[in-house]
Parts: sequence; structure tokens; C-alpha cells
Amino acid sequence: MWWRSASFILDKGLNDEVQDESESLRVSPSNTSMADTLQNPNPKISAYYQTRAAHHGVVTSDWLAQAQAAVGRHPDDLPPPKVEDSGKPFSVIDEFNSWRKQPDLAEAVAAIRALASVIRSSQATTMMELEIELKKASDSLKSWDTTSISLTAGCDLFMRYVTRTSALEYENFNSAKSRLIERAERFGEISYKARRIIAMLGQDFIFDGCTILVHGFSRVVLEVLKTAAQNKKLFRVFCTEGRPDRTGLRLSNEMAKLDVPVKLLIDSAVAYTMDEVDMVFVGADGVVESGGIINMMGTYQIALVAHSMNKPVYVAAESYKFARLYPLDQKDMAPALRPIDFGVPIPSKVEVETSARDYTPPQYLTLLFTDLGVLTPSVVSDELIQLYL
Amino acid sequence: MEARRTSRIPIDPKVRQVGFFAPGALRDRSQSGPLGLSSSPPVSNISPAGNSLSPVMIPPPRHASDNFVLSRPLAVPVSASTLRPPAVEDRMAVGSYDASELLLGTSASSRIGDGEFSEDYSVFFRRSSSGKFASSLPSGGFDSTAMKINPPAVVRAAKKPAAVIEKSGGAVAEMQNELPTSSKPLKEKTTKAERRALQESQRAAKAAAKGPNSGGNKPATASGAATPMKEKASKAVKQVPSSVAASDKKGGERIPEKDKKKDVPPPRMQFDDKNRVEKAKRRAVVKPTEARNRVELFRHLPQYEHGTQLPKLESKFFQLDPVHPAVQKVGFQYLEGDIVGGNARCIAMLRAFQEAIKDYSMPPEKTLARDLTAKISSYVSFLIECRPLSISMGNSIRFLKNRIAKLPLTVSESEAKDALYSDIDRFINEKIVLADKVIVRHAATKIRDGDVLLTYGFSCVVEMTMLYAHELGRQFRVVVVDSRPKFEGQALLRRLVAKGLSCSYTHINAVSYIMHEVTRVFLGAASIFSNGTVYSRVGTACVAMVAHAYRVPVLICCEAYKFHERVQLDSICSNELGDPDVISKVAGRADVNYLDNWRDKENLQLLNLIYDATPSDYVSMIITDYGMVPPTSVPVIVREYREHLWI
Repeated sequence: MWWRSASFILDKGLNDEVQDESESLRVSPSNTSMADTLQNPNPKISAYYQTRAAHHGVVTSDWLAQAQAAVGRHPDDLPPPKVEDSGKPFSVIDEFNSWRKQPDLAEAVAAIRALASVIRSSQATTMMELEIELKKASDSLKSWDTTSISLTAGCDLFMRYVTRTSALEYENFNSAKSRLIERAERFGEISYKARRIIAMLGQDFIFDGCTILVHGFSRVVLEVLKTAAQNKKLFRVFCTEGRPDRTGLRLSNEMAKLDVPVKLLIDSAVAYTMDEVDMVFVGADGVVESGGIINMMGTYQIALVAHSMNKPVYVAAESYKFARLYPLDQKDMAPALRPIDFGVPIPSKVEVETSARDYTPPQYLTLLFTDLGVLTPSVVSDELIQLYL
Repeated sequence: MEARRTSRIPIDPKVRQVGFFAPGALRDRSQSGPLGLSSSPPVSNISPAGNSLSPVMIPPPRHASDNFVLSRPLAVPVSASTLRPPAVEDRMAVGSYDASELLLGTSASSRIGDGEFSEDYSVFFRRSSSGKFASSLPSGGFDSTAMKINPPAVVRAAKKPAAVIEKSGGAVAEMQNELPTSSKPLKEKTTKAERRALQESQRAAKAAAKGPNSGGNKPATASGAATPMKEKASKAVKQVPSSVAASDKKGGERIPEKDKKKDVPPPRMQFDDKNRVEKAKRRAVVKPTEARNRVELFRHLPQYEHGTQLPKLESKFFQLDPVHPAVQKVGFQYLEGDIVGGNARCIAMLRAFQEAIKDYSMPPEKTLARDLTAKISSYVSFLIECRPLSISMGNSIRFLKNRIAKLPLTVSESEAKDALYSDIDRFINEKIVLADKVIVRHAATKIRDGDVLLTYGFSCVVEMTMLYAHELGRQFRVVVVDSRPKFEGQALLRRLVAKGLSCSYTHINAVSYIMHEVTRVFLGAASIFSNGTVYSRVGTACVAMVAHAYRVPVLICCEAYKFHERVQLDSICSNELGDPDVISKVAGRADVNYLDNWRDKENLQLLNLIYDATPSDYVSMIITDYGMVPPTSVPVIVREYREHLWI
């Protein structure tokens, strides 16, 4: 799977400098209070959404000021991961958290990097020991946030990719270990580059004069749109509001910065505007085995509306989000909860649906843009089968 | 040329033999095309082809039989140089032949070897090989792999000349055999009308051969149509239909001539082809009586009067020396319906083969691999006579033959037997027993508290899943849907109730009523095809469609060894017919006897299908030993784990 990564698309070396520029524009909410403990501090809110909230922030009045302050600060300025931490014992969670602070780094990539440093700093002397250690680390990462699909999937894929090599048994330990490290780093590299690859693949689908409906805030979708804008494509974007964390507002801000015409819709106006829309772009929290996606609440209904009006639905998702899950319906998933602020007090007798995401079955999706290439939903399962079995 | 190609499309051999076309309809269609009758085809057909007709008459080597004297000498060079290009090119120059036809012919024939019931085929092939073909190879000691390679070559040899004048083998090929007798008048310069008449008559003859009594009277129609054609080819147009009709009636009585079988052998035995059926009967151990009043559309499937097989078998008990007693026992159990269900039948068969292999001793001057394969093949054909193979059995026979073929030559007999014995054990354990355990684990994750599960018929994997989920302490309810005539659901119901599950029981008539309260549908499958089509107990498709309409997820539990690379779109092409009596009688209701003498009613046909095909659209998920996959991933598993399965 990974060796077939479509990274050749980057070799064109088109606008790579753009990336740095864009990164510098990002907010780096490193000053946000981040839960650095081993346990999820607030069980009421899914840890995944805590991270997202920290990364994306809720658009507030002082958000722009923060953004301004952040300009010019490069992600590399952030404290580098302490691999050779002298005193205290190595903890994969600490490592993960230090990577996680980078706003531009996806959670799964942070986990992949953390796992790679587990191998590097391991004091194991046999392959078996190392593998057990790695397994423990990945388990603790996974249990740190069970609601994050990409984290779980990323850890699983890492384990698969890094440890699945038949030649390992025949080598001496050190060379095997260095090979593992090499593979781990390559995996991290591919995962890191994935977003660029997807952007290059996905922007071809944007044609001049088209209208794109975007739901929620996805860094991959943003990258695709940004690449398209930089390639002088003329298009306009409809952003849904993205209640309750208003991620759409943030995306519309980004679009405005790129001088892309953007219109903000409330979430319930999707069907109303669908006539004008040429394509729907969404990201994904996780891509499941059926080829469907699990994404922010509201994706399913947008896909349904788009399907009934024969508009294509494109999903941009890195392949480390491919998870061995197969939900049959909406309730067939581990729920990820998220508080919703209605602005007024809610009577205690009123129940609030706080689930943060829904499942969109594959028949409502047109194509998936992944770093493996542009795939139909049914290919997801093929890739997973080939990798896992 | 145009007309020929357009009409070729519907005459795919498989479709043709279904017996789906009414004679009139087919003729209409072939006439409605832009008939280039007066242009090129007659030329190629008659005047130059008058000479080159002779290759057409060449029977394929395997059918070269004694009574075909006329073309026998001609047959020799072709069969000797089965694939020699020059011989082919001579004929290609005749005109109506082009590369695409060649491709079509060969590709159709080369598919044969890897059909699902290829062992069936190869058995047939070996036995029917006669004359010089058989003598050129050690008889009875055919390697199965060799068999698989051979048929396409032979078929091609038969096919190429046929393609000169012909569309696709089959019925018209037979008629061509008649042509040499009439070739003299034909060689004379024919008028347009005459040529047209000839074409018409050919077409009519072919349509007739394809008609209701399709395979059975092929020779008859061919000769029947050809006779008037020979005599008065010029005004045959109007006469042909009547002559066809006449020959249709007396078709049954005609003695089939052996040279009539230029046809490409189909991958499976088509039971509307009387020649083959005759032949198969002659060597059959079990002599079943054919059922009467059979449904037209399903004539290509075997159907026998129930209860006629066993007494005959019993009387022959001591003559059945070539079949191992263990295999015999299993065969009789199939026959009586004592062993049902894909897994049970497969395991029983493999256990019987194990016994047979244990008792096997290699005859002198034979290689173990070949002799044992032949033995297994003969057992398999015996089992087929008892009941058609299931796809699971076909796959496991493939596995076994593969193992035998892969035995190293140096290995001693006892070692080889031990190896095969443990291979079969391993197959049963890994592909069936362990696979079921894995499936049960996976399936149980999809059962939540408060669920209402619906199942249809009796699938042992589904039963295990429910019991396992119950053991895990899940609170759920089961709806068992059942149907006549087997009432397999009752067995499931009894077992589930005995374990303390809360169950409802209903018949398939009420499935749309009960479906609104159901949250999951669990079904078993006899096989899953490459396009995701689920082949299962008849009624499954109905349940799946109702569930789909109610937006209830349909989960299919099926072991990966039952997957098959074939693509099937309907339940007609390959299916099994059960005893029609069981649907005409109502158990325990002697007063319901309206259909007691249905056999005497000419215009009444009963259809008792055993399987049906559920399109993949109605399937939400397939739970297999490789995990939970969407139906679109079946070909991936088939492709990726083919070797896995066989080795």
C-alpha cells in the first residue's frame, strides 16, 4: 500500500514553496492549555475534539489577533521532540504530545513520529522485545484517545508497515532495528507528505467557474483549495457554518485570505444551495472498510442531498485514516461526544444529541482523494485487505 | 458479414443452451438484422466454401468415431496437427473468417478448462475420448492438469473450421455435416434466391435446434432441415418452417449420430443436450429416471424422479467396485438428503476421500499422481450422479487435486498418502472449522443489546454466531424465517430455543410484515461470486431484498473457500432442481391433493429450485475469515488468496 504512494505527483516540484508560506500563516496555539496528562482530562468531551479545538480554535474576536501574532512563527520554532531526554524515562505519550502541539501536524502523523522515536530510543536487545515494546507504546497511544479513528488507524498501519518484513528474522538485531527505523521514518515522511500529494491530485478536479461546497474544516481540503487557487483556478466556495464548533467560519476566513470568493451558509441551508453547487468537498476523520467515511456531523446529510441532486461528493483523506472498521449504520460506532453551546440554558429534561460525527455510506461518495491516488470507495477495502492479510 | 456478427452476439454458447429462445422469436431476430444475405456471406458459404466445407465436417478428434465414415479421412490431418497454422489459414482465406472470430472462438473455448466444475468436465472428457485420441494417450491415466490444457486445443481445432461458415459451433455445425451430401448441387452456380433460401433454411434449422427441445433433437432438425434443402434448395424458404416443425416432433426418436457433436463442450453438462445425457447415462452408476413435465427455462439442469435412484443403486451395490465404500456411503447420504448444507457436504466428502486415500494402493506401472487423480475424478463423478456438486465441494476438490498434482515424484506411496491425509485435515480445520470461528467472532461484534436479528433457513455459521453472542451475554431476539418445503428453520429454532434465546418463527410469506422490527439480517451462503452475487438457499434473495427495502443491514456469513471467481447474474444459468413432488404435496394435509396427478397434466410444470442469486446491491456486508468486507471486495479475496487456498 505505502510503497505505491502516489508521491510522484510531488516530483513535479510545482509550488512547494507555497507550503512553507502557508504554514507560517497558521495559528500556532501552543499557548493553549493542553492536556498533557496520560489520561483524558475531560471524559465528557472526546479527546479527539479537544485536540481539534486546540488546533483549530473556535473563531472568536481575539482569534485574528492571535493569528496575527502567530504570523512569522515557523512550526520548527516549536520545542523539538526530546528524544534523548536524559533524566526521566521515555514516554510515548509525552513524545506524542510534543509532536501534537504542532498545529499543522495531524494527530496520526504525530503518533507515527512518536512510535518511530520509540524504536529509536528503545533499549531492547532482541527483536521480540522491541516488538512488544512497540506494541505497548501503540496500545497506550490508542487508549489515550479511543475516539480518534485516525490515531488508531495510524498506529495500526504503522505496526503493520514497520514490522511486516520477512527478512527481519535473518538479520542481526542492530541492522534489523536500523531497518525498522528507516521504514518508520519513511512511513512518517509519506504520511507527512500525504496532504501535499492529495492537494496535487485533488486540484485537477476543480475547474474554472465551479462552485464547491465544503463542510467543516479539513486541513486536506484547505490544502486542495489552496493549491487550486495558486494554480489560478477560478472557483467559489460555499462554507457551511459547521456548528457547534463553527469550523466553517475558520475555513471561510482562510478562503478570504486566498482571495477566493466565499459564501457562508448555515448548516441547514445545504439543500437550498445545492442547485448552484458543482461539487462537494469534505474531509474525513476516518475512512472505513466499506469505503464510507466517518466525518463531522452533517456530512451524511450533505452527501444525501448531493446524491439526490446528482452532484459529485469528493472526499480528501490521507491513507493513514483507513481504518479496519465497518459500521453498518450510524449507531454502530464508538460515539465521540462534543458539548454544544446553544447560547441559552437548556432545561434538564431536554436531551441533547452530542455526537460529533456521522457515517456516510460509500454509495453516496463519488471519489476519495488519497495519497495512494484517486480511488473509488470500493478500493479502500481492497487496499486494507492487501495490507492487513 | 454484418448480419453474422450481430446475430452472433446472442448466440453465446452458454445462453444458447439455456433453451431460452422460442424458435419463432429467434428467427425473427436474425431476420430483422441488416441482412447482408445477398452480398458476401453466400459467396463464402456456397461457391468457394463448397470445397472448403469439408474441413467443417471434421469432427473434433475426441468425437472421431467409427460410424462417421465420410469425413473421417479428412479429419485426420486436422486432428494430427491440431494447432498447425497453415491448415487454418487455408480456410481463413475463404473469406468469412476474420481474426475477431478466431479470438472469439478460442477465448470461449479456453475458458472451459478452468470452470468451476472442471473436474466434472475432465471426467466427461476422459471418458468420452475415444478412437485415436484416447489411444494416443494413456487411457485412464490422465493428469488433471493435462486435461485442463487439452480441451481448448482440441476445441479450437474443431472450432476453426466450423467458424468458416458458422456463427458459433452448436446447432448449425451439425447441419453442416449434412451439407457434404448436398454439396454437389450447391457447388453449381446458385442464384440469389437459392442462396437466400439456403441461408434461411440454415437459420431456421438452427433456431429450431435451439427451440423447446433444443439439444435433444439437434441431429434430427439438422438432417430434417437439410433434406429438403438438398432436394429443393431453391424454394425452401416457405417449406423450412414446416419441415422444422415436423422434425421438432419426431426429434426425440431420432438416433443421435456421434458425429453431430462438433459443439464446444460446455463447462458443465447441459442436460438439455440429449446426446450427452445419453452418454452420461450409459456410464452412470446411478440410473435415475428423468422427471417429466419440466420447466422449459430450466431444462439445462438435471432433474430426476425422486426415489428412483436408491433402489437401483442398492441392487447394484456389489457391482460398484471402482467406488470406495466410504465415498459410496457419502453419495447415498447426499442422495437421500441425509447430509445437507455446504459445509457438511464438503466435510463428508473430504472425509470419504481421506478414507479412500488411506485404502488406496497404487497399481504397478502407474504414477501415483495420475492414477489417484483419475480415481478421485471417478469418485467425484459418482458423487455428481448422486447430487450435483456444491461450489464448496468443487473448490475443495480443486484443492485436493492440486495437492495431488504437486506431490513430488520422488516421494514414496505411503508418504504421499500421509501427506494428502494431513492436507485434507488441514483444509477442513483451517478453511472450515477455524474460518467459522473467526467469522463468528467478527459477526458477534455486530450484535448489540436490544437487536432483533432475522435469519432465513438454517446456516450453521449463523447459528454459531447467535449462540456465541448469547454466551457473551448480549440481549437480543431472533426471528427465524422459514419456508416450504424443507423447513430447515425449525431445526435452527429448536437449537436456539434449547439454549434459551428468545425467538420468533415465521414463514417467508410474512417477511415483509416482520421486517420493520428487525435491526439486522444474518444470512448464510452456498457461494459468493466475483461480482458479489450471493448464491444461497432459495428465498434468500427475497429476504435480502425486503430487508434492503426496509433499510435493514444484510450480513452474509460465508467462509472464503466458498468464494468463486465466476460471475453470475441470475439464478437460471447454474442452479439445482429439487424434487417437484415436495412442493405439490402439503405435509400432514391429505385433503390438499389438487396436484396429486400433476404428472399427467401436459400443461403443468412444477419448479422446485434449490438456490437463488442475490445481487450484491442488497448485501451490506460479507463476513468471511478474512474479516468483514464489502461485496465489492470478493474478487480481491479470490485473487489474493487463490494460492493461499490451494496450497
